[in-house]
Amino acid sequence: MDAVASFVAQLLNGLAGASSLFLVAAGLSLIFGVTRIVNFAHGSFYMVGIYAAYSAVAWIGEGPGYWAGLVLAAVAVGVLGALIEILLLRRIYHAPELFQLLATFALVLVIKDAALWLWGPEELLGPRAPGLRGSVPILGRQFPSYDLFLIVVGPLVLGLLWLLLTRTRFGTLVRAATQDREMVGALGVNQAWLFTAVFALGAMLAGLGGALQLPREPANLELDLATIGAAFVVVVVGGMGSIPGAYVAALLIAELKAICIWLGVVEIAGVSISFSKLTLVVEFLVMAVVLVVRPWGLMGRPQAPSRNAGAAEAPLRAPDRLAKAAIAAVVLALFALPALSSQSPYVVILTIDILVAVLFAASLHFIMGPGGMHSFGHAAYFGLGAYGAAILLRATGAPMEIALIAAPLIAAVGALVFGWFCVRLSGVYLAMLTLAFAQIAWAIVYQWDAFTGGSNGLTGVWPSAWFSDKRAYYALTLALVLAGVFVLRRILYAPFGYAMRAVRDSTLRADAIGIDVKRVQWVAFVIGGLVAGLAGALFAFSKGSISPETLHVAKSVDGLVMVLLGGVQTLAGPVVGATLFTWLHDSVARSTEYWRAMLGGIILILVLLFPQGVAGFVRQVVYGRREAKGGS
Amino acid sequence: MTARKPLLVASGLSKSFGGVKAVDGIDFTLAAGELLALIGPNGAGKSTTFNLVNGQLVADTGSIRFGGREMVGMKPRDIWRMGVGRTFQIAATFASLTVVENVQMALVSADDRLYSMWRRAADYRRSDALDLLDLVGMAGQADRPCSVLAYGDVKRVELAIALANQPKLLLMDEPTAGMAPRERNDLMALTKSLVVERGIAVLFTEHSMDVVFAYADRIIVLARGRLIAEGAPQTIRDHPDVQQVYFGSGKTFEKAAAAKGTA
Amino acid sequence: MFRNPIRKLCTAAVAAAFAVAAAPALAKEPIKIGEINSYKAQPAFLEPYKKGMQLAIDQINASGGILGRQVELITRDDNANPGDAVRLAEELVSREKVDVLTGSFLSHIGLALTDFAKQKKVFFLAGEPLTDKIVWQNGNHYTFRLRPSTYMQVAMLMPEAAALKKKRWAIVYPNYEYGQSAAATFKELLKAAQPDAEIVAEQAPPLGKVDAGSVVQALADAKPDAIFNVLFGADLAKFVREGNTRGLFKGREVVSLLTGEPEYLDPLKDEAPNGWLVTGYPWYAINTPEHKAFLAAYKKAFNDHPRLGSIVGYSAIMSLAAGIKKAGSTDTEKLIAAFSGLTVDTPFGKISYRPEDHQSTMGGYVGRTKNEGGKGVMVDFRYIDGAKVLPSAAEVKKLRPAG
Repeated sequence: MDAVASFVAQLLNGLAGASSLFLVAAGLSLIFGVTRIVNFAHGSFYMVGIYAAYSAVAWIGEGPGYWAGLVLAAVAVGVLGALIEILLLRRIYHAPELFQLLATFALVLVIKDAALWLWGPEELLGPRAPGLRGSVPILGRQFPSYDLFLIVVGPLVLGLLWLLLTRTRFGTLVRAATQDREMVGALGVNQAWLFTAVFALGAMLAGLGGALQLPREPANLELDLATIGAAFVVVVVGGMGSIPGAYVAALLIAELKAICIWLGVVEIAGVSISFSKLTLVVEFLVMAVVLVVRPWGLMGRPQAPSRNAGAAEAPLRAPDRLAKAAIAAVVLALFALPALSSQSPYVVILTIDILVAVLFAASLHFIMGPGGMHSFGHAAYFGLGAYGAAILLRATGAPMEIALIAAPLIAAVGALVFGWFCVRLSGVYLAMLTLAFAQIAWAIVYQWDAFTGGSNGLTGVWPSAWFSDKRAYYALTLALVLAGVFVLRRILYAPFGYAMRAVRDSTLRADAIGIDVKRVQWVAFVIGGLVAGLAGALFAFSKGSISPETLHVAKSVDGLVMVLLGGVQTLAGPVVGATLFTWLHDSVARSTEYWRAMLGGIILILVLLFPQGVAGFVRQVVYGRREAKGGS
Repeated sequence: MTARKPLLVASGLSKSFGGVKAVDGIDFTLAAGELLALIGPNGAGKSTTFNLVNGQLVADTGSIRFGGREMVGMKPRDIWRMGVGRTFQIAATFASLTVVENVQMALVSADDRLYSMWRRAADYRRSDALDLLDLVGMAGQADRPCSVLAYGDVKRVELAIALANQPKLLLMDEPTAGMAPRERNDLMALTKSLVVERGIAVLFTEHSMDVVFAYADRIIVLARGRLIAEGAPQTIRDHPDVQQVYFGSGKTFEKAAAAKGTA
Repeated sequence: MFRNPIRKLCTAAVAAAFAVAAAPALAKEPIKIGEINSYKAQPAFLEPYKKGMQLAIDQINASGGILGRQVELITRDDNANPGDAVRLAEELVSREKVDVLTGSFLSHIGLALTDFAKQKKVFFLAGEPLTDKIVWQNGNHYTFRLRPSTYMQVAMLMPEAAALKKKRWAIVYPNYEYGQSAAATFKELLKAAQPDAEIVAEQAPPLGKVDAGSVVQALADAKPDAIFNVLFGADLAKFVREGNTRGLFKGREVVSLLTGEPEYLDPLKDEAPNGWLVTGYPWYAINTPEHKAFLAAYKKAFNDHPRLGSIVGYSAIMSLAAGIKKAGSTDTEKLIAAFSGLTVDTPFGKISYRPEDHQSTMGGYVGRTKNEGGKGVMVDFRYIDGAKVLPSAAEVKKLRPAG
């Protein structure tokens, strides 16, 4: 009997958790539905919401003013959102798809450091809500009265949003824009202000979600990234753009977590399984299952083919003399580097990191640019390569040379399995499924102490004797990275590369000329994974140790940032982007205390100056006129 | 109707969506070298019929035999490999490839070289591709990106792509949609000459009645999923059922076509 | 030229004075300490830590440096990423030519640097990472560690936890190596001290993402007599607030790791629990002369009170200084020899670095928490010497393959 009561009480806990999740996710869903922006900064809005609520309540004082403080905080975040949309995002809507993601990534960095500067490093636990400080007895348990309030707030906000979307002209426009954003422009509506309003509303909802957590958790600087992942999962599981879907998904995930915690450690057939530990990854498991079964989420509809506002990609041209000379000069300089920098050995060390990043970014660009498959989980294959190499070396005593050959194959097997599911999806859903698989792989590596070293990772992964000198290892890395980049390039110029771009440009047409779209994408995905695996193996041996960070979502995001920074529409893009990002990261982190804000600020400037990416900009300057004239 | 042996035989085709019969038991045939127009008011089932033939939809019942082989259940890409080329209502080409590369892509696919990872695609049967472009009058723009072409030119490129694997049958969905009257006639005249020269069969849907009556050898008319008339243009023009179903009683084809043109 | 002896004497004196003045600047390069940490990722712990290091550097240099050389501290932010940490270590060694490495907070970064030190034969003093592996399983010739390890933290609490004579225990810990090994050690030591005790519930929420309501209820539903908690930071604050609201702690003993450290106790404010048995740092009530001196100097320098991180940062630099002084050189092998058995004065009193596992004997304060007018403090505390809870040399030999 008590077990039943305990279970029901846990479901109530889940309901309260669902409300919090829903508020952030609803805003994210609205923003994506209308503007098609993958807003990485949404978690930051949530974080600012709770910090702002803390300050507002401290300023107004407790008592009834407390609630005014929470609302004030949400409104403030809404205003912040509006400003960001007007000052930043509005200027880059015409950039290639996903480019806005780069801007929001930079915002995450800037907002995090701004919060650190404003509110300090210590967690700030807010006061309890007046009138809801205590608990009420339910099923023989003390249930926090504030949680009861939260349980009501979620459906209430859902209802209000529903009214707003179905009963007002604004709502009609939002729904129309979610279906087909060009149509709204055609209807004579000022699209710019619609976007601003939606972005502000979404930000405000995130801010409200944060503010309402004030009585439950301390404001702290980890909240942004902790929130964004969960919010994306909820949006995707529910179906992008579907507000009721977001609530259903939030409920599903929160309840599953509550049930896992309720189960605790269970003995099944003599094996004790900790369901409590499963909460590490349960939302991503749900997302993977939902996307495999329902490719557009629980309540979503197939996405209208993305009619990208940006200019179409220019055809691939064989490098001309100028480009060939530039490539030759760079390669020569790279081979001469150890000799040239004998006085400053760190140059070689940093360049190894840059080269590994270049290979990783090039492999991501391969599937993301020409392949048209946006991967948010490419680090999975980097990590599989790194772990594959490390485990092979440690467990079987195989030499580095063998490990370097085997590791990419291990990554390719991972890509073969995950890719089979991923290529059945498209657009953001595909991206999120890659993320789900990457997070599941990450969670396994993170938990499997005996095999992968768990959260501590593995050490003692050093190169063979004759490569133990940094310059020798540099030469090896350079040779393999050049080979990898060259092979990827060669494939892109070969019929298969053309087929990849054909499939991306028009699935319909590709299918109508006998191309097996899914298979082409699958093969491309595996090639991308294979090369990422090589990058991962090179990374492992250059560091001597690896940890779950190598396949964490942050690593995937780094890859995306590199590709977008360099320019997704040029082959040089990932090379330039990876070099620039790694070098910037290294030098900025060394030179200033608030290096995250500085790095974010620099990226924002680059974003505004070069919406085609840095390499894209260079190409435009050098070749722009010729291409505008249309070729030869 | 025709003495030639039919290339395409559709019989008893039906397709329902959620209980609504979009296509309800239609039969038609098509012979090599023949242009067959498929017309009907909006919602008559033209697109559904068309997509049943090209493989994008699978018929609930009935059969489509092409050169004696059953096509129902085959994937579009396999249907293409049997020698069925297509053009789309909204022209679909590969925007990031040049004009000639678009055609080369079809040649690569026809030759089963899609997974070739080493040799340069830009050189692949380029002269054959240029010949095809020459047929449609696009050789002069071979190295321009497809994304910068005028719409009429994109349609011509599509035609060249469709011809790349020497098809026996061309499926053209609204081949002249979105084009100026002058371009329409040019494109259809070109199509007609190619068809006659090469003995290709063409099935096309079309809104422009000018085009239909000027170029179709034969016309089939659909209404509410059923085939209500079939015959030579003049027969269809005078068919009372067609007049009734298609336009109500008061209008003539010419008026309707004019209204379409300005819409 | 020097016919006048007085003039000659004067010239010589001036020259000598110049030589003395110029000596530290010209003849002797400063001793460089390279330090790597996750400053931006763990600011709450590491800002006070950095201040502690700065205080030590300032004191050392004000009193003439070590071996007549000034000491220079070069810090780097590793972005909480072991790959970055290793690159920065290479940079510090190859470009900055540092004499020793120190730092790290997160265990996996500490381990990556431990392995780096072994491979590159560099002296490394791990300041804060808690994992036992740094000195045991993965321990090596080149690496020493200052702060009491996970094992030691648990062992310090164990005698009093066992003395509670509670049978039904519930455990909650963050799901990563620190939490896992703290829980494992607790179970092991509890079983040894009190064979009839049983674990009735075990919750391992993800680090930084505890669903406090559900976890608290699950623990309460198991009806334990006592709770062993390893959560810290934001997780701890959520856990404590939910636990207070839901009455989890009423009539139950709570034994909690690190909760008495100001880094984690201060943010709880009026939510701070009463009567928890914790390890921590009651800076406001330690009356030893060495701590008083440290406290005064720290407050004077930064106009703020120290946290445990301040102690670690300060003691790490002081340890390095003492080691280099004893070695008479910054040569790695000599330094390692000097560190074996090295005794250092710290604000917590004398500590020494054990030759058998390179772990310092720095201990910690164990006491009860008290909510004093809306602010958490530690009361009834006592200092437990790390040497008392560390396994014997014979046992360590089994744990440490490197010897």
